[in-house]
Amino acid sequence: MTLPLIIYRSLRQHALSTLITAGSIALACGLLMTVWVVKTQAQAAFISTSTAFDAVLGARGSKLQLVLNGIFHLEASPGNLAASDYELIRKHPAVKTAIPIAVGDNLRGYRIVGTVPQLLTNVEYAPGKSYAVAPGGKVFGEAAREAVVGSFAAERLGLKVGSTFQPFHGLTFDEKALHEEVFTVTGILTPTNTPADKVIWVPIKGVQAMSGHDPKAANDVSAVLIQLRAASAGVMLDLMINKQGNRMTFAYPVGAIMADFFGKISWFDRVLALVAYLVALVAAGSVLASIYNSMSARQRDLAILRALGARRRTIFGAVVAEAACIGALGAAVGFAIYFGLLTLVAEVIRAQTGVVLDVTEGHAVLWICPLAMTALCALGGAVPAVKAYRTPVAETLAPVS
Amino acid sequence: MLSVADLTKSFVSPEGGRAEIVRVGRFELAAGEQRALRGESGSGKTTFLNLIAGILAADGGRVELDGIDLAALPEAKRDRLRADKIGYIFQTFNLLQGYTVLENVLLGMSFGPRGVDRVHAVELLRRVGLEHRLGHFPRQLSTGQQQRVAVARALANRPKLVLADEPTGNLDRTSAREALALIREVCRENGAALLLVSHDDGVLAQFEGLQDFAVINAAARRGPGAVPADGKEGGS
Repeated sequence: MTLPLIIYRSLRQHALSTLITAGSIALACGLLMTVWVVKTQAQAAFISTSTAFDAVLGARGSKLQLVLNGIFHLEASPGNLAASDYELIRKHPAVKTAIPIAVGDNLRGYRIVGTVPQLLTNVEYAPGKSYAVAPGGKVFGEAAREAVVGSFAAERLGLKVGSTFQPFHGLTFDEKALHEEVFTVTGILTPTNTPADKVIWVPIKGVQAMSGHDPKAANDVSAVLIQLRAASAGVMLDLMINKQGNRMTFAYPVGAIMADFFGKISWFDRVLALVAYLVALVAAGSVLASIYNSMSARQRDLAILRALGARRRTIFGAVVAEAACIGALGAAVGFAIYFGLLTLVAEVIRAQTGVVLDVTEGHAVLWICPLAMTALCALGGAVPAVKAYRTPVAETLAPVS
Repeated sequence: MLSVADLTKSFVSPEGGRAEIVRVGRFELAAGEQRALRGESGSGKTTFLNLIAGILAADGGRVELDGIDLAALPEAKRDRLRADKIGYIFQTFNLLQGYTVLENVLLGMSFGPRGVDRVHAVELLRRVGLEHRLGHFPRQLSTGQQQRVAVARALANRPKLVLADEPTGNLDRTSAREALALIREVCRENGAALLLVSHDDGVLAQFEGLQDFAVINAAARRGPGAVPADGKEGGS
């Protein structure tokens, strides 16, 4: 009863500073956990999203740009590939599947990607998971002005089976760049939690033959998504296309390119982590300062407790435990901040990339951070606790004359 | 029950030298006895009580309580012994302002050997007439009521010895008389010895066992240069 009562009463007596300090700890904890979970989940989600295809073939340029454009539907295409190049790779004995895509149009900012129906019927976007059109819909016909809309894009654009739309030219929305062709939605994809959810899929012929597009490039494709028969074939094609050739780029292996990309931006993670560490240190320092500053006011109480028989170590323990309680309180509120921030960040990432973060997924940082923060606060509390430990009882209790 | 022998305590004086405050050759108090010590402010009475309570460590001598020499004990054991056997009523009551009346008494118990006994705490507060103020904070009580809380707290661990340092110093004459009667009565009921120090003749007149502190404290007899326990002039 003693220790909890002493801690409770002390926290109550200094309620304002307790709340402010716990608030700063909550912010530090929430930020730290969010940074870690977003980093880890985003990295894992981006890398797992790129497991459907082994490689992306495109015009000469950056491999990362090809992957971002072909798999994640971000960035612009580095250029076009001639139909003959697509045919060449499609017929290559080492290639199991070659899916062409053509980009260059949008519907109010949502990317329109021309492809072949086989992408939606024959390809697994993740091991054991295939695309599926929601009941009541069907995949577009190969030569028709039809579209299958990703679940997220359909929701945001208010499209249903039977809806019609006219594409806008370019990858960014410009209301003056309206194409005259009218497409009819034949199906809505069930959610895949991948970038495909924010894409409007149309037959590749539809994009190639769109009014206003260069007639000379009517058979060109933006990129080819490739599944190989064997991993060794990738090395061979890499040698043939990237090192011996100079017209095209063979982005292989996709997973390694994404991992390399995350490796290159890891400095950003480190900066975020450093900021979070500093916030945590400042929070622990504020616990120290808050309790230390209140020591003069509470010294008499401590002396009274000593006079009643409380031992020095009890007083020391009470102050350290109080600091730990402030840390634990902050960490608990930090979870609320974490869930709020993560939900917000996940929504932004989903809207921007189609990649979905699971806000309910566990992570070691979710218990390490609160524990470490509580321990750090307890450590911060040790400084005022030493002062409390040294409280001279007789001097402090001497009546003021 | 309480036996003091050759007890000495000195402090660094403001001038830099050492001023001896307490030099008690012999002092004894029997179990259940009630004794008052008369002494002027600055005569070292509080220091003497603090030495007996083990709040201060003596420079030399013995303070035996039930055969245990407090002066020879390390601080942690002195703390334990104080919680176990001694109740202390301070002049300024020294109630914990952030705690309720009941919590003040319970906390006093919690450091003792028997631990918290809520029923006993409530009974003590009922005995001092505060059963309807259990959830009040000290600032919500009158001075006399605060004094009664201090009495209940001092007796919470069923101490063998109650030390009272000018316990009525902040009360008016009527309240002081009532408070003193209460302290003596409750100590008697609980079988506790009472050692009270005061400079108030009205208080002291109520004690049969009255002793002049200057008689037992050689340091006080040496003159007015004595420095109180807190090292400042003006304490008791």
